Amino acid sequence: MPKSLFDKVWERHVVSAETREQPATLFIDLHLIHEVTTPQAFTVLKQREMKVRRPDLTLATIDHSTPTLLNDDGSRPYVSEQAEQQVDLLLANTKEHGITTHGWDSPYRGIVHVMGPELGATWPGMTIVCGDSHTATHGAFGALAFGIGTTQVGHVLASQCILMRKPKSMCVHVDGELADGVSAKDVILAIIAKVGVGGGTGHVIEYRGTCFENMNMSERMTVCNMSIEAGARAGMIAPDATTVAYFKGKPMAPNMAPAEFDEAKADWLSLASDADCSYDKEVHLTAADIKPMVTYGTHPGMAMPIDGLVPAKNDPSDAKALAYMDMQAGAAIACTKVDTVFIGSCTNSRIEDFRVAAKILDGQSVADSITAVFVPGSEQVKIEAEAEGLHEIFRAAGAQWREPGCSMCIGMNGDIGKPGDLIVSTSNRNFEGRQGPGVRTVLASPATAAASAITGVITDARTLSQTMPRSAI
Amino acid sequence: MSFQPFKTLTSQTLVLATQNIDTDQIIPARFLTTTSREGLGKLAFNDWRYDEMGNENDHPLNGGAAKACQILVAGHNFGCGSSREHAPWALMDYGFRAVISSEIADIFHANSLKNGFLPIVIEASAHEWLLDNPGVDVTIDLETCEVRLPASSGANNGGTYPFKIDPFSRQCLMQGQDELDYLLGQDAEINAHEASFNKAAS
Repeated sequence: MPKSLFDKVWERHVVSAETREQPATLFIDLHLIHEVTTPQAFTVLKQREMKVRRPDLTLATIDHSTPTLLNDDGSRPYVSEQAEQQVDLLLANTKEHGITTHGWDSPYRGIVHVMGPELGATWPGMTIVCGDSHTATHGAFGALAFGIGTTQVGHVLASQCILMRKPKSMCVHVDGELADGVSAKDVILAIIAKVGVGGGTGHVIEYRGTCFENMNMSERMTVCNMSIEAGARAGMIAPDATTVAYFKGKPMAPNMAPAEFDEAKADWLSLASDADCSYDKEVHLTAADIKPMVTYGTHPGMAMPIDGLVPAKNDPSDAKALAYMDMQAGAAIACTKVDTVFIGSCTNSRIEDFRVAAKILDGQSVADSITAVFVPGSEQVKIEAEAEGLHEIFRAAGAQWREPGCSMCIGMNGDIGKPGDLIVSTSNRNFEGRQGPGVRTVLASPATAAASAITGVITDARTLSQTMPRSAI
Repeated sequence: MSFQPFKTLTSQTLVLATQNIDTDQIIPARFLTTTSREGLGKLAFNDWRYDEMGNENDHPLNGGAAKACQILVAGHNFGCGSSREHAPWALMDYGFRAVISSEIADIFHANSLKNGFLPIVIEASAHEWLLDNPGVDVTIDLETCEVRLPASSGANNGGTYPFKIDPFSRQCLMQGQDELDYLLGQDAEINAHEASFNKAAS
């Protein structure tokens, strides 16, 4: 029977098969951990006097609760004593169990889903879990990667396995070429708007078509990252020559002689879905139809083209969302006043994202009314961006260039907006209060965010010169 | 971790009809710096329940009757968003033991089952009736996998609606059994998988 990429990766990891009475036991090749969703799992291990079964398959960092600014004396302004204790506890737990940890002194510390691929730890065909719903990011490499809760973090620490029934499969086809100025972020927001915020529930998505084949790995990660925002636990893209090339020079890439690497490469490429495999659900979009997208409501499915009008839906939940956002149905969303611009998060904090922002901001100024917070996804992204001088462009424009971390994406580390503020954010969630109580989030691409920082209003980067003539900025 | 076995539950419902209630509503991220799973009930739906001074407002969750409700009825696609297990921990510590909706997000669903908190998806007509009739007495029967609405619902089948649950999870819930013990019992199979993997990689 023809198999999909998902079928192939799933089958390789079944330790004991699924029956009516019991779920499958699935072996996990890589367990990524961070400070927020692990403390209670390590407590269970301690209570049971157990060790981590495979510390060699576990990789840790600190990202969610970490401050992104430094005090003048070099100390770190944690949002609370509890946040600092949580970070310290992760460092203590991983030390006790012999788990490789990219802490404060590592040049690889970063948002867990930025760090893993950068290290070359994420390989095609792997099963990868993390106590974080954006683990789907790693599916860009043809890995089966998904978020789990803390109980399952404990299961993986103790047994390197999880219990799970095989999800259904869904294929999202996007064919053709994207128009100029349309990014991977716009593609995934358009997909979520079409599928719906729960449209992928119970499914693993495979993204297929020339649109994804043309993307670099950073763009593919942006797409897979937001699979959960359509309700799908995982999103995957078949490994190809772009995937294989990514591993060059990565510290945790397969350590093999060239001939062996060729063998691994052949195996990775063989994971691609068979031509005539079937899916439980299929969705088609045309790349050329996709425009730059922004959200107007309080979940990522409430997304719309930036040049469109806020949709009018006769639904109490939608009305509640529009009231929270202070948006009017039938009104244009472009030119809505913005207070803060955030470029960062596991969705859009890679070097390619900052290059896009720098191109738009080069020689320009952030509007006086705007606070622009730019947070690299990792120490590596920071190092690379600074080597290219991007930080100087941002600082000259009046934007903040901070230390790596999750920052304003999750608002649990002190990086939040003020009640009522509107934040144009390259992150992944626009839920009520996500970036601070009462804060209104508009999700957008790095280009839209950078353009909006200059004008102070929601701005389509493609129209920047018309909206605000250079001389007027 | 073992928990209280779940067989049947009869309780008044509390209704939160909003669709797509995400985990940031159930417990805002700024409370996730805790390293414990205890005492999160007071933070459940924090930003809906308290005014700027931290005083309880007139939200239904703050009423005296609410604290006695063990069954939450919620709008479509409940629990979407993050993987934080703090969400079911907070709901349970508040006093809920089950949630009924027409759709429940995957990770929240899985996390709930692992803590003895029952996520129930029922058909749209029964869900709509429950949304429209807050505070009724409902019985959840895990033995028969049925939700029983009061006779006043005027529904077919005497107000009885089946729900689906994974048989393994059901068994764990009814016996208050921990899945980790089951996984650890597969040590031989896990060893065999690791051995074959290492062989393939060498």
